[in-house]
Amino acid sequence: MRRFALIAIPYVWLLALFLVPFVIVLKISLSDIALAIPPYTPTFSWDDGVWAFLKQLDFENFTWLAQDALYWKAYLSSLKIALISTALTLIVGYPIAYAMARAPEEWRPTLMMLIILPFWTSFLIRVYAWMGILSQEGFLNQFLLWTGLIGEPLTILNTSTAVYIGIVYTYMPFMILPIYSALERLDGSLIEAAEDLGCSRAQAFWLVTIPLSKNGIIAGSFLVFIPALGEFVIPSLLGGSDTLMIGKVLWEEFFSNRDWPVASAVAVILLLILVVPIVLFQRNQQKQQEAEQ
Amino acid sequence: MNATVFAPWVDPDEKPLIRFQNVTKRFGDFTAIDDLSLDIFEKEFFALLGPSGCGKTTMMRMLAGFESPSAGRIELAGQNIAPVPPNKRAVNMMFQSYALFPHLSVWDNIAFGLRRDNLPKHDIQDRVEEMLKLTRLEKFARRKPHQISGGQRQRVALARSLAKAPKLLLLDEPLGALDKKLRQDTQFELMDIQETTGTTFVIVTHDQEEAMTVASRIAVMDEGKLMQVATPDEIYEAPATVYIADFIGDVNIIEGRARATGENQYQIDWAEGQQPLIASSTRSFSNDQTCHLAIRPEKVAISSERPENAANVLQGTVHDIAYLGNLSTYHVKLPNGHMIKAQTANTRRIARRSFTWEDTVWLSWTATAGVLLES
Amino acid sequence: MNRLSWFNTVSLTLGFAFLYIPMIILIIFSFNESKLVTVWAGFSTKWYGELINNEAFLNAAWVTLKVAVFSSTIATVLGTMAAYVLVRGGRFLGRTLFSGMIYAPLVMPEVITGLSLLLLFIGIGLDRGVLTIVLAHTTFSMCYVSVVVSSRLVTFDRSLEEAALDLGCSPAQAFRLVTLPIIAPAVISGWLLAFTLSLDDLVIASFTSGPSATTLPIKIFSAVRLGVSPEINALSTIMIAIVTIGVITASLVTKQSRVRAQRDEQAAARAQ
Repeated sequence: MRRFALIAIPYVWLLALFLVPFVIVLKISLSDIALAIPPYTPTFSWDDGVWAFLKQLDFENFTWLAQDALYWKAYLSSLKIALISTALTLIVGYPIAYAMARAPEEWRPTLMMLIILPFWTSFLIRVYAWMGILSQEGFLNQFLLWTGLIGEPLTILNTSTAVYIGIVYTYMPFMILPIYSALERLDGSLIEAAEDLGCSRAQAFWLVTIPLSKNGIIAGSFLVFIPALGEFVIPSLLGGSDTLMIGKVLWEEFFSNRDWPVASAVAVILLLILVVPIVLFQRNQQKQQEAEQ
Repeated sequence: MNATVFAPWVDPDEKPLIRFQNVTKRFGDFTAIDDLSLDIFEKEFFALLGPSGCGKTTMMRMLAGFESPSAGRIELAGQNIAPVPPNKRAVNMMFQSYALFPHLSVWDNIAFGLRRDNLPKHDIQDRVEEMLKLTRLEKFARRKPHQISGGQRQRVALARSLAKAPKLLLLDEPLGALDKKLRQDTQFELMDIQETTGTTFVIVTHDQEEAMTVASRIAVMDEGKLMQVATPDEIYEAPATVYIADFIGDVNIIEGRARATGENQYQIDWAEGQQPLIASSTRSFSNDQTCHLAIRPEKVAISSERPENAANVLQGTVHDIAYLGNLSTYHVKLPNGHMIKAQTANTRRIARRSFTWEDTVWLSWTATAGVLLES
Repeated sequence: MNRLSWFNTVSLTLGFAFLYIPMIILIIFSFNESKLVTVWAGFSTKWYGELINNEAFLNAAWVTLKVAVFSSTIATVLGTMAAYVLVRGGRFLGRTLFSGMIYAPLVMPEVITGLSLLLLFIGIGLDRGVLTIVLAHTTFSMCYVSVVVSSRLVTFDRSLEEAALDLGCSPAQAFRLVTLPIIAPAVISGWLLAFTLSLDDLVIASFTSGPSATTLPIKIFSAVRLGVSPEINALSTIMIAIVTIGVITASLVTKQSRVRAQRDEQAAARAQ
């Protein structure tokens, strides 16, 4: 009895507040664009039977999404932005993780804390911090003008560049931590063995360190890529009107256009796109766990 | 039988404390315990001995109440214990990992079980002090488990499981985590404590030496079955099967064909061109039946001259010598390639060994030195 | 390799500069006299003063705090239960679905979680306000709690619970007297994580809040959309300061307990 309650309470909670809402999204995405308030047709009822319900289903929202170039572009550009920023985060994050793992042992807890600290700080504030830096009269432009590298201020805020910077900045801890934990476990004598067997420093790094931190790289990349794909705050604060990202489109579809069925359809497709990396990520994690056992 | 010898298992009127009746335990497709029956008597120090995966831990966990049998019945003092949950059983267990509560002091660990019985405060206090004294832990009462040594942790675990004065104490590899020297000392300590408290102990171990030292009786298990249940000396001197002879201690096994030569007397033809061996056996064999002669190395004498009047004599050359300090084991190669081990006690400090590599030596033993076993 | 090579030193310096300079600039300019956030015009704390008098911000902060306390507490209870079920529950009907529902919200884009919950609340006619935000936050943060707690439970020596049962505890007593005290650090960090997630959340709160309840992130977001303002800088500085103090305290506490554990081990070695 007690065991039943223990299982049932969280189970029912998740069913009611995670799965059911999800089914509602799916259902509304298949509904007609009716009034901006429910109920949408078709309303499902068991009396009519499943088949009758299925016949009423309407894929016109999806057809519409497929036909409207805006959505295609938004999906593709989300993918592109997420991919490029994941690569950038890796390039920036790897040397930091590497240096942390090579740092004297008594420094490491402090370095770890310094990496984690921004993670506990409000995401919104961290994105906001860049607005003052990247704007026309912002610090970056002031600095570059002062050094004489540029003659007139660059436009960075409200472009895709600002979005890249924002994603790299905010998601960096997610990249650094798994790579750091992989590198920290790496036995230093392996590098010495590689050098003993005739590798140069660079070769040892390429042939030993990189392959052995592969799992950390993969985990970190997924941890950046997956949330970046559905990102909303960064493109809406740092991006411009030409920065199309699907999270932002969904938001606007919902809050500005009040078109709930289309917003739901966008959500469903976003999720379908995410399924592949999520499954890959899960499999990688599982493989790693098995390897550790 | 001498009346002072503790041997309740030979008395047909004695009621066992624990009775396994045709107990089977399956985990999915795997049968951990296979139709096993066993009686354990009060005040016994009973050892379940076997390799890992033989089912000995499952037996113990069924007694403690963490597993229930798939079939059969387990009785404690005549009562079926199947419906009794672990916290209501008069059985306590000492875990292999000790399972000391890391957040509680030694004192609170020992008092933990007593508090569950809602005993008066001073009773708990007295009992805990008594247990601390028994296990010589008075000085460490206020320490946390991670602040004491491995041997001390082992004693805390013992004190904690004895505190409730259980009818039956289960010990799961109690000495497995200790180093060899400490383990030997602790074995004697365990026996003392068992004797003082008069508790029935059931110990699970894979260490045959440990089982031989502490136990009044040993059950040798393999693949969920009992191979033999007997006193340590019976197991050693009269093993029931080749498996047990081989599992407990060192042994030479010689395979041959039996031929009866008299009452309980057999001749064993074992190798082409070799004299038949002579052995006495209470187990009967038909003529030409395949048999195994199991003989312990210390019962094989080694000499440079051919001994007279020995029932069995073989000649060979010394192939290897293992010097163990107190003993020396000689591996002697017979002309047909067969290897026989012979052991001698080094009772004197000698400047030179009597035998060295490649020496020709004679091995001999009496007709009653070995045990004749079926294959 | 005790000393850092120049390359590693440069990586660390640049890396941490990248991570911290934006926040440092933000903090400095919260003390700027001028309304312009990019031109220094002398030291002043006037923006903090204005913040204290800004009722809308204070209300939002209060709502946020309430939501965070309630949702993280419920999420900790539910998440610990869920972790226990996942690690110790054995087999039950729909176990795969259950673990799927625990892990999915971790990778679910917030816009989807927010949208779906909003549609549910509208569907069942629940007025949007503090309650709906609490429900929404509890749902996604309980999953984080259960991940944190279950990773502790996995390494938990099960024989400790068995020992408690063996010594006469009922299963509930064994949980209360043995399991809970031992996993408490994980439960506490789960709570802290849930609390921070709730404080931080903009997207899900935007979907599930109503006109009666605005949280601080929603307030900040709508202010920030209009551009940089020194008042927001001041608010951010306060929030950064609180988090910094919290994290540093936490890491000092763990460091101290590590030192203590080390000393204990040495004492134990000597006791032998």
